[in-house]
Amino acid sequence: MAYDKFNTLKSSAVPLPIENVDTDQIIPARFLKATERVGFGDNLFRDWRYNQDNSLKTEFPLNDSRYSGKVLVGGKNFGSGSSREHAAWAVYDYGFRCVVSSFFADIFRNNCLNVGVLPVQVSAAFLEEIYTAIEKDTNTQLIIDLPTQTITIEATGTSESFDINSYKKDNMLNGFDDIDYLMNIKEQIGEFAKNTPL
Amino acid sequence: MSNTLFDKVWDSHVVQQIEGGPDVLFIDRHLVHEVTSPVAFLGLKNRGVEVMSPERTFATADHNTPTINQHLPVEDPLSANQLKALEENAAAHGISYWGLGHEKNGIVHVVGPEYGITQPGATIVCGDSHTSTHGAFGAIAFGIGTSEVEMVLSTQCIMQPKPKTMRITVNGTLGRGVTPKDVALFIIAQLSTSGATGYFVEYAGDVFKSLSMEGRMTVCNLSIEMGARGGIIAPDEKTFEYIKDREFTPKGAAWDKAMNYWSTLKTDDGASFDKEYTFEGSTIEPMITYGTNPGMGMGISGGIPMADSLEGGVATYKKSLDYMGYKEGDSMIGKKIDFVFLGSCTNGRIEDFRAFTEIIDGRKKADHVTAWLVPGSHKVLNAIKDEGLLDILETAGFELREPGCSACLAMNDDKIPAGKYAVSTSNRNFEGRQGPGSRTLLASPTVAAAAAVMGVVTDPRSLV
Repeated sequence: MAYDKFNTLKSSAVPLPIENVDTDQIIPARFLKATERVGFGDNLFRDWRYNQDNSLKTEFPLNDSRYSGKVLVGGKNFGSGSSREHAAWAVYDYGFRCVVSSFFADIFRNNCLNVGVLPVQVSAAFLEEIYTAIEKDTNTQLIIDLPTQTITIEATGTSESFDINSYKKDNMLNGFDDIDYLMNIKEQIGEFAKNTPL
Repeated sequence: MSNTLFDKVWDSHVVQQIEGGPDVLFIDRHLVHEVTSPVAFLGLKNRGVEVMSPERTFATADHNTPTINQHLPVEDPLSANQLKALEENAAAHGISYWGLGHEKNGIVHVVGPEYGITQPGATIVCGDSHTSTHGAFGAIAFGIGTSEVEMVLSTQCIMQPKPKTMRITVNGTLGRGVTPKDVALFIIAQLSTSGATGYFVEYAGDVFKSLSMEGRMTVCNLSIEMGARGGIIAPDEKTFEYIKDREFTPKGAAWDKAMNYWSTLKTDDGASFDKEYTFEGSTIEPMITYGTNPGMGMGISGGIPMADSLEGGVATYKKSLDYMGYKEGDSMIGKKIDFVFLGSCTNGRIEDFRAFTEIIDGRKKADHVTAWLVPGSHKVLNAIKDEGLLDILETAGFELREPGCSACLAMNDDKIPAGKYAVSTSNRNFEGRQGPGSRTLLASPTVAAAAAVMGVVTDPRSLV
C-alpha cells in the first residue's frame, strides 16, 4: 500500500521510556477485527491511554499535552511479540512517521518499513540524551535526515548515524513498496518455482 | 564448504539477491487466517492481481472464532465479518479454506503439521509470529506482516534480509515433571525476550533429539518469544515417521524423491554459527513466569528475582511486577490463581492433553478455579474423546471447549477478567494479552494441571 515519501523530518517527539513494548500494547488483539486499514490510530496504546471506563489516563505521554510531534521515542526492544502489522498501521495512522529506539524487534521493524514508518535505531547513550533533552524542553526538535542517515538533537547539535539498507532507503525516499518490485520480476519467480523440490 | 541446516534451506530458496538489500525468498507454503489477511486480499483487488499459487496456500479460521456453540452463527458482527471475508476471498482465489465447523478446522499451526502441509526443507510463512512452530520439521518457518502476506499471495515471494544463525544445544536428559515447554521457557529466561533478535535458531543436542514431534513444535513455537525469527530442528526418523502418509505429503515415487532432498537437511560438521549457547538438561526445573514478558520466567521452586540483580531496566521491571501484583523475592509456589487455560498453538496438541489429564486423574478441579480447555483442532478434539481423556476430565470437573486460539490472545469472548490470575499454557504473558487487566502465568500443561486441582501454584513433582 502506498505511503508518503520520507526524506527529512524535523519534529518534536513523544517520549515513551519503557522497555520491551510489545505489539499487544501498541494495539490490543481485540482491535484487530477490521477488514480494511482504517482507524487504527484511535486504538494505539489503547490500554495505556484509556482506563477501562474509557476515561483518559492523563499521565501517559500520548495524553500529556506537553508532548507532541511525529516522532515516537521508545525504550529498548520496541515492538516485540505478535507480527500484527496493525501495530505499525496504528503508529502511522496516529500521525507518527518515525520511531526511535535503541533496539527493535525484527518483525515490527520490517512492518514499519513496509508501511512508511522509519525505524531509527540509536545507541543506548544517544537514546538517553534524547530523553534528557525532551525533559529539559518538551518542544525539543529532532531532525531525522534519511538521505544522510543521521538523527540530530537540534538544541544540543549532537547527532548519530543510523543504519538502513540501501534498497529500503530508496523505497522510503520514493514511497515505493516491495510488491511493486516483486511484480516486476514475476516471470523470474515463475521460472524459479518450476524447479523447487516441494 | 560446511553449511548450517538453515543456510542450506534458505540459500536454495533465494530467487534473487539485491545488492545492499534483502533476498527475494521463494515461499513453498503459505498459511492464511482471518485476522491478518483481509487487507492483503484487498491490496490484490486494488492492484487487479490474482493469487499466484493457490495450491501452495491454505486458509483456516482460528484467531477470533468462538470456542462454544460453533454450530451457531458467530454473534460478534466484526468477527463474523472477518470470517466471511476470508471465506469469500478463499473462494474467489481457489484457496482451500477450513472454516468454522469444517472437520479440518483448527489453529493454523496445529493443522499445518496434522495434514502434512508442513514438510522438511520447505519455506513456510503465515501472518502470525508463531509460524516458527513448523521449524520442528526442519522447515524455515516464520511470521510475517500483512504487506508480506500480500507479497506472497501475489508473487509467492517475500523480501527478507537473511538472519544471522544461532545454535542452542541442550545436552543430557530432562528431570521428572520437566516438559518441552519448560525447556523453552528456561532458554528464554536465560537469553531474555530479545536475546535472539536478528537470529534464526537451530536447536541441537540430546534433549531435542529425544523429544517427540509435538514437543519439538512447542519448543520451535516459542522461538519468537526470545526475539528469534524462527527455530529449526534437523529432521530425523521421527520426523519422517510423523509426516508419512498424511494428506498433503508426497506419496510413492514423489516421497522417495523428497526423501533424497530431506536426507541432506542437517548442519554439516564444522559449520559455524554467529552465536552458540549450550545448556545442561538436568539443570532445568518445571518453569513458571512471574512478569509481563516470556523472558520473565523462573524455576517453580525459586523466588522472583530482585530488581537490583538485573542489568538495567529496573523501572520497567518494577512496573511489570506492579502489574502482576507481585513483589521481588516472592515465592511463586502457593500463589492463588483464578483461571487455567490449556490450549494454543504452543500447547494445544494431544500430548498436552495427555500430560494435563495424567495430573488431574483421580483429583478434582479446585472450586474457585475456572478452567478453559481448548483443543488445537478437531483432530485433537476427536483424539481426546477417542482416548478416553474426556471422561477423566469430566469426572474431575472439567469441560472441554471447541478448537481455536481462544484465551491465548482473547480476541473472542474467552477473556480473563481484569486483575485475575491465569495459569496459561499459551505463549505470551504481556499486559492484557488474555483480556484487559488480566495477569498471566505461563507454564506447561503439567504445571497448569497441578494449579487447576490445587487452586494455587504448585510444583507438579509433588503430585506424581
